[in-house]
Amino acid sequence: MTMLQAVLLTIITASTPLLLAAVGELVVERAGVLNLGVEGMMAAGAMAAFAAGHYTGNPWAGVLAGALAGMIMVLPFAFLTQTLATNQVATGLALTLLGLGLSGLLGESFVGQPGVRLPRLHVPGLSDIPFIGPVVFSHDILVYASFALVAAVAWFLFGTRAGLILRAIGVNHAAAHALGYPVIKVRYAAILFGGALAGLAGAYLSLSYTPQWIENMTAGRGWIALALVVFATWRPLRVLGGAYLFGAVWIMGLYVQAAGFGVPSQLLTALPYIVTIVALVIISRNRTLTLTNTPASIGIPFVPDR
Amino acid sequence: MIFVLEKREAPSPLWRWLSPLLAIALAVLAGAVMFAILGHDPAAALYVYFIEPLTSAWSIEELIVKATPLVMTGAGLAMAYRANVWNIGAEGQLIMGALAGSMIPILTPGWNDPLALLAMLILAAAGGALWGWIPAVLKNRFNANEILTSLMLVYVAQLFLDWLVRGPWRDPKGFNFPKSVTFEGWHVLPAISGRVHLGAILALLAVLILWWMLARMTYGFSVRVMGSAPRAGLFAGFSAQKTTTAAFLLSGALAGLAGISEVSGSIGQLQPSISPGYGFTAIIVAFLGRLSPLGALFAGLLLALTYLGGESAQLALNISDKVAQAFQGILLFFILASDTLVNYRFRRAASREGRT
Amino acid sequence: MKAPDETSAPLLQVRGITRRFGALVANDDVSLSVKAGEIHALLGENGAGKSTLVKIIYGALQPDSGEILLAGEPVRIASPAAAREMGIGMVFQHFSLFEPFTVAENIRLALAADEDKAALDQRIREVSRQYGLPLDPGALVADLSVGERQRVEIVRCLLADPRIIILDEPTSVLTPQEAGELFVTLRKLADEGRAIIYISHRLEEVRALCASATILRHGKVVDSLDPRRETAASLARLMVGADIHDVHAAPPPDMLGAPLLHLRDLTLPPDGPFGVPLYGISLNVRAGEVVAIAGVAGNGQRELFRALSGERLAQGNGVIFIRGEDVSRKGINARRRAGAAFAPEERLGHACVPLMTLSENIVLSRHATGEGLVRRGVIDYGKAREICDRVIRANDVRGADAGKAAAALSGGNLQKFIMGRELDRKPALFIVNQPTWGVDAGAAALIRQQLIDLARAGSAVLVISQDLDEIFEIADRIAVISRGELSAAQPAGELDREKIGLLMAGAHETARGAA
Repeated sequence: MTMLQAVLLTIITASTPLLLAAVGELVVERAGVLNLGVEGMMAAGAMAAFAAGHYTGNPWAGVLAGALAGMIMVLPFAFLTQTLATNQVATGLALTLLGLGLSGLLGESFVGQPGVRLPRLHVPGLSDIPFIGPVVFSHDILVYASFALVAAVAWFLFGTRAGLILRAIGVNHAAAHALGYPVIKVRYAAILFGGALAGLAGAYLSLSYTPQWIENMTAGRGWIALALVVFATWRPLRVLGGAYLFGAVWIMGLYVQAAGFGVPSQLLTALPYIVTIVALVIISRNRTLTLTNTPASIGIPFVPDR
Repeated sequence: MIFVLEKREAPSPLWRWLSPLLAIALAVLAGAVMFAILGHDPAAALYVYFIEPLTSAWSIEELIVKATPLVMTGAGLAMAYRANVWNIGAEGQLIMGALAGSMIPILTPGWNDPLALLAMLILAAAGGALWGWIPAVLKNRFNANEILTSLMLVYVAQLFLDWLVRGPWRDPKGFNFPKSVTFEGWHVLPAISGRVHLGAILALLAVLILWWMLARMTYGFSVRVMGSAPRAGLFAGFSAQKTTTAAFLLSGALAGLAGISEVSGSIGQLQPSISPGYGFTAIIVAFLGRLSPLGALFAGLLLALTYLGGESAQLALNISDKVAQAFQGILLFFILASDTLVNYRFRRAASREGRT
Repeated sequence: MKAPDETSAPLLQVRGITRRFGALVANDDVSLSVKAGEIHALLGENGAGKSTLVKIIYGALQPDSGEILLAGEPVRIASPAAAREMGIGMVFQHFSLFEPFTVAENIRLALAADEDKAALDQRIREVSRQYGLPLDPGALVADLSVGERQRVEIVRCLLADPRIIILDEPTSVLTPQEAGELFVTLRKLADEGRAIIYISHRLEEVRALCASATILRHGKVVDSLDPRRETAASLARLMVGADIHDVHAAPPPDMLGAPLLHLRDLTLPPDGPFGVPLYGISLNVRAGEVVAIAGVAGNGQRELFRALSGERLAQGNGVIFIRGEDVSRKGINARRRAGAAFAPEERLGHACVPLMTLSENIVLSRHATGEGLVRRGVIDYGKAREICDRVIRANDVRGADAGKAAAALSGGNLQKFIMGRELDRKPALFIVNQPTWGVDAGAAALIRQQLIDLARAGSAVLVISQDLDEIFEIADRIAVISRGELSAAQPAGELDREKIGLLMAGAHETARGAA
């Protein structure tokens, strides 16, 4: 395998968790809900996936457990923000703190334990294409699932009536309610979907990216996924591009570090966070672009008058 | 049978007081369940966690030591959140404040008098404020979401601290440990009683000053107006941009002060990790204190107890001290849920209410 | 559809509907009945219970008791979707449209079943042509004028072929000419055998359009009658339950004073993606006169108010003068110190902080007016309380005390408080946006009288309003704003509804408007 192949390969693995989490959050935000708990759900998903894989020896059980953990973690958030109409910013933070705390607590006994790895799919023929085969057609299922999810979400949001309804709820929940659409139910569903995907993103980290459990192994990826959604102006295909851009930055730091240019390793580790800030600034300074794309009801609690 | 929310005509004064108490009660209950699941006798564990730390003079001092940075940072965040400015990066501002303040003992070790200590405090406040100023500028100039930028800057600050103590600021006589020189003399915040240091007084002062600003001063009024009805704030002649900047500068400065008070008063030197997430726990402090500086004082003490209880639970019962962070997350959930009762009441809805 | 049959049961009957919100009885034993082919007016002041009643008919709310019959059959209307299934359509007052979506997408969202895009576009074009409501299915709603948005609402409602159509204050956003066109459409719909419930507080309009009316007051039906046999005054008396005092407008003084507000070619780009630009606005308001700015909602009134108040600054100097002082680049408090006072349209959230007390809301607009309410950054809340008590007493603000939250007051009383707060300063220039919007008739009369009295006492008053009745009642001169341009102010006596309607539609617009 050439150096270039190795770099491309690792970019794909670094981008996948960002993509999974961001696509989930995109749907949540399109429905008008801001869930800042991605980091927490991701941590819980990573821990649960590792634990399930560790006990059963079956990576598929890990994938399932990761998604389920994300959904379970997000339930209190959904209940508070939707049924009790609490502040979404604060509740999302609570979810992040709880997810990081619980995963650290319950995962303590797994530190240093051997985990399982998701099998790489070998596609006969395709995987053997020179150069492209090993880079593109030798990943595990979650990598392909992330692409399929982007396509599915894009189709759902912009090609189906249900997607139109979900977007309508995000744009103007009062009007959607007046037309008789179940604002809160749709939002519950979107939040659960976002939880499942954040959990899957975590599962990818602990089953494939680095098949082990380390506390705080999400390392801010949940927050970067949130920034990605803004960066992509709430569009699925742009989320795909953004995730790979960020994945590339993440990997670039590692390779520069390995090459030993004498740049402090901390600076390279800090690069993805700095790039995130720069990307947010670049996209946000165009107010027309962000204002016209932002789901107008985002973050605003909805209480129907009955 | 289902319940639906009904907005109260005015916020309930009763629930304003009761809701934090209800949240604490529910969180303790959840804690008991958590201990039971982890295989401990809930009653004994709760005793070790919440009561035992209050039974000795030593541990009460320790409580105040831990509450100091929480109260200072939490009171500042309370002001910011009141203004509807979401500074989530207090942890980073705390670290940068500590770094700025530590410049004096590390770079000018010869300057060791009360003025040096004062300079450390001022530099720390300035360092925290400066780090907080970045998201404010990005928000005002470029409309960048302050939640995400301030949070990202936490990671940057942590890595910057890590680089300094492993690199340029490492104690040359420190056997290669990633630590700075040990602070001595006037570089250390004077002790008041046992481990309690001057930082506690500073925290108390900060609370009182902020409380007075909020209650009586035009600045405090602008904070309350801008947080509650921004358009009315513009009508009053307040500026949204200035509000954002002021909130970040103020909460950043207090976080910075908390940072230097922790490093100079409790730890005594810089090391790769100087805070067990005080800047994040302070978010909970601000909410539990109902976004009031006085409330942050009591909330800070309670959250300090969760850290202390975590430690004593680890010693006595061999429960991981990570239980503290999980417990804090649960507490914040219950605080937010209980706060709903201030503005809403539950109305029983018969099923004929139908689907919407 | 069949022609209306005199002998058959009414299309819609509402019997004994009661609905409570907490302690408030919004509908108390309300009954009404509407026949096919009938345009039935629902009259009442704000808060009389009209909205609650139509929400119940449209399934958005459930009654506590009472029943609804459609063509004689009792029905339970569980949701708006169910209402649409049963043939009940509604055109909302506050549009329930999705701005970033196209016209077709907005309409699709209101249909029970999904429909092929091309077929739907075709149907939209057909229906809009049939009823004289031209629409482009592919246009973004955000780009449409208020009148066009209403067309979207109506077409959306008509596509479901409803038997009963509810319209909530449909003409409040239209020019008189547009309103006339709407009446033609409504009569056509009624002639097809549909029943129309028409909510309005414009009594002349109701007398011209409707053959029957139900009048609500404090949640109860006070009368059912034929509005054509009543006068506007007798209808108003029934709605309000008392005589309304006529506003007494003394003629303006022969010699007007100096211009206290002088605008010279005020031009501003839009303040956001959905904002309206202001083009070359020039105007003088002199001591002693009331000048009114008429116009259909969304033509730059909000932007003009922001520019005049100083919430948004002009781009250069020499544009806005208050009492001769150039305040173009000065903020709202500097303009207040120059002698101006302002009252914005939105009471809660702009003129007042809803959850703050009335005395804190006194501080809101008066903390930097040089009255000594603030010393060295510290607020004198005792003094604010004194002012508050004075304002409450002097302006008949009912159910209020200094410690009560602004949100706890009724619309009319809160508006009296806001007016009083500013009038208490005896401003030389008073700029008001929509002084009586959503205010009960009694309070509205009081406020209009106050504005006239202020002018006659030597101040300049500028009123931005969408209510032509109000404008003719109080204004000495009238200008019309349309798409961010202001027509020359003309004496009220030289204008009538017809002329103002043409100006509203943009008849004065110069080359830019015609292009």
